[in-house]
Amino acid sequence: MIGEGIRSTNQRKHSYVRDHVEVGFFTDPSVCIGCKACEVACKEWNEVPDDGFTWSGNSYDNTGHLGASTWRHVMFLEQDRAKGNQIAGPMSLDEDPFRWVFLSDVCKHCEEAGCLEACPTGSIVRTEVGSVLVQNDVCNGCGYCVVSCPFGVIDRRPSPLPDAGGAFKCTFCYDRQKSGLVPACAKVCPTESIVFGRLDDLRARATERVQQLQQSGYNDAQLYDPTETSVRGIHAFFLILGEPEAYGLPPKPQIPTIYLKSAWTSAFATAIASIIATLLAFAFFS
Amino acid sequence: MTTNSPSEKRLEELREQAWKEGVVAGKGVDVAGGPIPRKPGYYGEPVVKPPVWTWEVPLYFFFGGMAGMSAVIASGAVIFHHLDLARTAMWVASIAGAILSPILLIMDLGRPHLFLNMLRVFKHRSAMSMGAWILSAFGACAVPGLIALELHAHQIFPGTLDQLLRVAAGIFICAAAIFGTLLATYTGVLIGATAIPAWFLHRTLLPIHFGTAGLGSAAAALELLGHRIPTLNFIGFYAAGIETALLIWLSVDKHGAADRAIHEHASGWLIRIGEILNGPLALVLRFFGLVPFAAVSFLIGALVSRVGWIAVGKVSGSDPESVFAAERY
Repeated sequence: MIGEGIRSTNQRKHSYVRDHVEVGFFTDPSVCIGCKACEVACKEWNEVPDDGFTWSGNSYDNTGHLGASTWRHVMFLEQDRAKGNQIAGPMSLDEDPFRWVFLSDVCKHCEEAGCLEACPTGSIVRTEVGSVLVQNDVCNGCGYCVVSCPFGVIDRRPSPLPDAGGAFKCTFCYDRQKSGLVPACAKVCPTESIVFGRLDDLRARATERVQQLQQSGYNDAQLYDPTETSVRGIHAFFLILGEPEAYGLPPKPQIPTIYLKSAWTSAFATAIASIIATLLAFAFFS
Repeated sequence: MTTNSPSEKRLEELREQAWKEGVVAGKGVDVAGGPIPRKPGYYGEPVVKPPVWTWEVPLYFFFGGMAGMSAVIASGAVIFHHLDLARTAMWVASIAGAILSPILLIMDLGRPHLFLNMLRVFKHRSAMSMGAWILSAFGACAVPGLIALELHAHQIFPGTLDQLLRVAAGIFICAAAIFGTLLATYTGVLIGATAIPAWFLHRTLLPIHFGTAGLGSAAAALELLGHRIPTLNFIGFYAAGIETALLIWLSVDKHGAADRAIHEHASGWLIRIGEILNGPLALVLRFFGLVPFAAVSFLIGALVSRVGWIAVGKVSGSDPESVFAAERY
């Protein structure tokens, strides 16, 4: 838990890859300070190129959204609600309630991953630790994963950036994990807002944290882990304050393969109808 | 940070404008109670990613559909002994399906030199993988079918060998026809089974539209290549009739904000114009016997509506409200 120091799962070496243990991220905005160290650590370790230096005007967030060259993204929400029992405003109780919420977004590493199912080259695979990995040397940049991700995470990297043309997203620091190291973002997080660890441990910890926050007056604290939809849960889940929509998170994400049955039925019916119409045309109009 | 920095200047501008007008349009601090209208979701950022596909993809849908359904017409022509029509149709199928389509598909890749990686796995749950295999199988049947048919038509070999060629042509062309129907319709599945609301909400309509537009395009192309026969005219009536029905379906089957990209914006107009050209207009022109005009109208409509569907995907994918609306639906 908070204050575990050197004993925390973010600091220990591990053998999860060797032991095939499912691991994940639990990201908790209630302790995030918006320092963006996770963004920086991710870029540094993975040698992700910069994707422009623009002023968005959206609070302190000039990163915008996850993409081919942004694998961690710290969101800055400005909301007209009080944060828990806090007294808003420095001077009096009459001030409008206001809260500033920070949340570090990342690839969700879905239990049923749309990108993985869509990939026609087999470039996207499931690793020993249950994460979803794009093998850069196999990807031919068809772009189908981009429209198949229900969270809008993966994207094709445009020219003239290095390795342009391929699809990129968070690797869950697979290279680090193979050596027993914790993903760079979790390792560097100064408040343990990003926690790395065994999936079952994290889920228990997240549930406990939600209860703890609700008891301390954060009435809108909830866990964002869509286990009820066809995505069947995510390996990087979030505690959120308020509604998922405010974080740009889909309220009911679905894996697009659930649409295949009706679409192929329609395709086969059209195929048969076209053959019949053609044969009729030849039989009766020639 | 000096007060002359661009961001400070921008803040000054915002303050001035908010003071004067009460509301500020454009980029700025989107905050509760602030002067700038709040955008949906997280500062209006897209929730899903819009497609990265460019002009090659709608053109590929167009030529692939035409090629696939040309093989179907060729197989009918072979079965009913229209050798000349079969030859033209197989030329169309081979050029559009075995040359233009692969070139367009490869050009659209981010890394064209790795195209062959498409054929290192077979994934029935990925419409893109199925499409790559369908296109390959189609090419592998259409080209030998055309060669055998031409050799037979020119009586290059004598006696038994010619009979063998005739049988081989028949088998290859019928196989090409089967893969051809899939080549023309799978593109509807490809975009229908995605996370883009305007696409997946119409996943039943899309394969019907793409397949039928392919059939009509093949008939129209063959008519323009000189085969003015009642058979193709009937196919033209059939395709334009179905497309007219789909236009009505699309204007009735609305999903509010979830698929507003189809009914609003420039993208919606592209689809409507395309559907009118290959639906009612082609039907009316054909009814008055203006076959070449009907054929041209259908071909333009089929191309424009494909461009429109990709454009709709870009608009719908960039619109966070359409995703929220589709999921609440």
